[in-house]
Amino acid sequence: MSTIDLPMPQLGTALVPTLGEGETQTAKDFSSDQEVRWCPGCGDYAVLKAVQSFLPDLGLRRENIVFVSGIGCSSRFPYYLDTYGMHSIHGRAPSIATGIATAREDLSVWVVTGDGDALSIGGNHLIHALRRNVNMTILLFNNRIYGLTKGQYSPTSEVGKVTKSTPVGSLDHPFNPVSLALGAEASFVARTIDSDRKHLTAVLAAAAAHRGTSLVEIYQNCPIFNDGAFDAIKDRDNAHALIPLTHGEPITFGVRDEATGLGDKALVRGVGGGVEVADTASVAAEAIIVHDAQNPDPSTAFAISRLTDAGYLNRSPIGIFRQVERPTYDDQARAQVATASASAAAQGSPEERLTALISAGDTWTVD
Amino acid sequence: MSQTKQVKQLDRVIIRFAGDSGDGMQLTGDRFTQESAVFGNDLVTLPNFPAEIRAPQGTIPGVSSFQIHFADHDILTAGDRPDVLVAMNPAALKANLGDLPRGATIIVDTHDFSKRNLDKAGYTSNPLDKLGEVDDILAGFQVQPVDLTGITVEAVKEFGLSRKDAARAKNMFALGLLSWMYGRPTEPTIAFLEKKFAKVPDILGANIAAFKAGWNYGETTETFVVQYEIKPARMHAGTYRNITGNLALSYGLVAAGVRSQLPVFLGSYPITPASDILHELSKHKSFGVTTLQAEDEIAGIGAAIGASFAGQLAITTTSGPGIALKSEAIGLAVMTELPLVIVNVQRGGPSTGLPTKTEQADLLQAMYGRNGEAPVPIVAPQSPGDCFAAAVEAARIAITYRTPVFLLSDGYLANGSEPWAIPSIDELPKIEANFATGPNHTSTNAKGEQVEEFWPYARDKDTLARPWAIPGTAGLEHRIGGLEKAGTPETGHGNISYDPANHDQMVRLRQEKVQRIADSLPPLEVDDPSGEAKVLVIGWGSTYGPIGAACRRVRRAGYNVAQVHLRHLNPFPKDLGEILKGYDRVLVPEMNLGQLSKMLRAEYLVDAQGYNHVYGLPLKAAELAEAIGVLVGDAEGREIDLGEHGLNLPADHEEAPNA
Repeated sequence: MSTIDLPMPQLGTALVPTLGEGETQTAKDFSSDQEVRWCPGCGDYAVLKAVQSFLPDLGLRRENIVFVSGIGCSSRFPYYLDTYGMHSIHGRAPSIATGIATAREDLSVWVVTGDGDALSIGGNHLIHALRRNVNMTILLFNNRIYGLTKGQYSPTSEVGKVTKSTPVGSLDHPFNPVSLALGAEASFVARTIDSDRKHLTAVLAAAAAHRGTSLVEIYQNCPIFNDGAFDAIKDRDNAHALIPLTHGEPITFGVRDEATGLGDKALVRGVGGGVEVADTASVAAEAIIVHDAQNPDPSTAFAISRLTDAGYLNRSPIGIFRQVERPTYDDQARAQVATASASAAAQGSPEERLTALISAGDTWTVD
Repeated sequence: MSQTKQVKQLDRVIIRFAGDSGDGMQLTGDRFTQESAVFGNDLVTLPNFPAEIRAPQGTIPGVSSFQIHFADHDILTAGDRPDVLVAMNPAALKANLGDLPRGATIIVDTHDFSKRNLDKAGYTSNPLDKLGEVDDILAGFQVQPVDLTGITVEAVKEFGLSRKDAARAKNMFALGLLSWMYGRPTEPTIAFLEKKFAKVPDILGANIAAFKAGWNYGETTETFVVQYEIKPARMHAGTYRNITGNLALSYGLVAAGVRSQLPVFLGSYPITPASDILHELSKHKSFGVTTLQAEDEIAGIGAAIGASFAGQLAITTTSGPGIALKSEAIGLAVMTELPLVIVNVQRGGPSTGLPTKTEQADLLQAMYGRNGEAPVPIVAPQSPGDCFAAAVEAARIAITYRTPVFLLSDGYLANGSEPWAIPSIDELPKIEANFATGPNHTSTNAKGEQVEEFWPYARDKDTLARPWAIPGTAGLEHRIGGLEKAGTPETGHGNISYDPANHDQMVRLRQEKVQRIADSLPPLEVDDPSGEAKVLVIGWGSTYGPIGAACRRVRRAGYNVAQVHLRHLNPFPKDLGEILKGYDRVLVPEMNLGQLSKMLRAEYLVDAQGYNHVYGLPLKAAELAEAIGVLVGDAEGREIDLGEHGLNLPADHEEAPNA
């Protein structure tokens, strides 16, 4: 059987049961009775609050939502949500979520992971979940440090990071999670920030709506082991820190010109196939790249992702880099089983068909 | 049949087909097996091949062989020493000669005894040129040199194939010749070839022509004067088929899905010798079977754990190295108490070891190979056909007790085959998933009101199993995970707990739950025909055949010995301790350095003695019989001589006494 033409449900949650007429949910319904135990000031609190407030908006039945996590500070997340959940083992949450999502079309499946969990020990599962395009949303909390093990450098830490395990500075070149996801054939890739509730919620809504694997990188401050990692880009006086991406809009940022609505900096095609920052005033309007998250070719999205600082973060594009439709692994796997089961049903009950299966081929009877 | 031919009656024959790994020996053996199965002989087979897909041509490491033992009576092993060797080249002769008893028949393809091939096999001169001379290394054997390749090429001339393609049909010529010698039915092979080569008429024609030419060669030439007859075996009533262990195991997993009315989910990563199970299950989507070929071993079990949480019958299949990778996830399944069948088709180890050879050295890995106290039930099949029932049993335990279960097969069971009485599906155990549907605990809240709650660790009082509450069930939302949970009868709410007393109690509860499985096991069957044996031989897994055959030899020689074979290695059946106490000596034959014997000694303080070989091949019955004989002599204080039932000629007879 090759690929199957499915009537592609547009929404990630299309097959998940919704609340009945007159039923409502609030953030409180999604809060479990467990005391939240992150360090005071941890960025995880803001994300948890945002998720608890956002989930009721989906209108899904609470019992049909599953959160799966790995190991790390952020992986405590499922305990604080009154849905089904599994706090699993280090790095493996995407594989467990793949099993859940493939087994059941009626579940909304979420993975909560961190930079160490998803990009170091679990890197393999992350890239394969993305290429398979299993219907789930992965929230990757990136604080650029190992928090739970008390402060070693992570695969997103900048080179030269001085930590307990690297007293004279780390040597590893970091991953850019967005670039990595785009390279891994992801169909939905976005980046947002813990402190920007509005942006975070909008990105979560788009991610949940996407059918396939959605990867959302969330910049998240660790006040204990990597405090201030995102201060430069959160600084309101730093107009050029964030490059917001909006599908269909020219990509400009910085000081906004009231007349044109454009920022004073713009993204234009660079030499060598990349993307460069230019002064908006000095380039022709048509030279400014119009963001196309739905472009089947991820090259421009990748080029934009490279504008993220690899060292201390002074500049970063945020928003939805890529959002394309591609058949999902789980829809197709279920369709293969359903097609085979439907055509076999006419041949008898499962017991009868099993008897026929195990009795096939050369047999002989002894009286 | 020409007048000069005689027909001799035999009660059993062991044939080994050996050639280069590209010579099609596995196919030849498999066809001969099917013919013998349809004819009604009892049989056991032993395929033996290199790990390399195409090892260097003509060399000893590149030799692939297939042994079949077939008989007019009930047999248990593929036999220790072949009566007939078919050697397609010098390397195949050299690699197998040492296993032949004096008097054995050797059929060689003279065409491949070229200088080049003799050099590759390490022969300085052609042994076929020395027949009857002083330095004849084949003296004492009945050597039949036949130009198999030359005659085959001639026989298939009309199909206009290249010489290379024409020569490739020589395995069918050999099959035809042996089929004539042993009066095998030819129809199944013709039908098989017609199906296999339906799209390539030339190749089909050549293969059938070569097969028939082989048969006719036996019938018409003077070279072969004797045809042998091995009557059908007396077997229990039923409908039979020939089946390999991997196929039976796959069917057993499908059957477990049918009997539990659960969709089956397999998460797996390809590995020898377990991949066939993945291949087979991927064909059975019509039974609601989903197979996921994962990115690695860990993802295979991870996806299975996810599917189990979601309410499906979850399976992961692998071999020893894969288990090493899955260990942490197995611990998660222990901790979350989710049903999961973990199939380990054991192979030679450690590390990559001997990928295509058999071994039983992963028992202690299954028992203890995890961090923390992480008990996992263990089930082991004892023969290729038994893999079916063992798979159903593993699924029964997993679902009933909400636990991961090891199913320990091995490379010999996986690829070996035997006649299998096709079971009635209705007689298989029915497996109840019993998903939780509502609250299971009443608590009093702060206001003093009674509140109905769901406790994920409120246990069944008999089995100690916790509820299987699957997503989509309103009101039962809960979180599980690898961290210790409050899950005692008083605190089954399942929240994270670091309380020392809770952890101690949870460790004991998980252990006790596995122990309670013993309540559901039938009493062991002790095979002690005289009731006077002082020596008990106890084994597990694929050694059932050799141990049974060895015990029969000892009994035929006039001595008493008892046999018990374990299907359940964790927990042990409740009556095992009493049975062990009933004998003066306990012998534990294993294809490892003494893993079950270590467990028995630890559990029962019994002086279990090991009989251990790790050749990558099944134990040899005659050698084991000698070892049992020594122990019987020791226990009974007398000299033991097994005579022809031990290593002395003619040996290799494993019929039960008074059969």
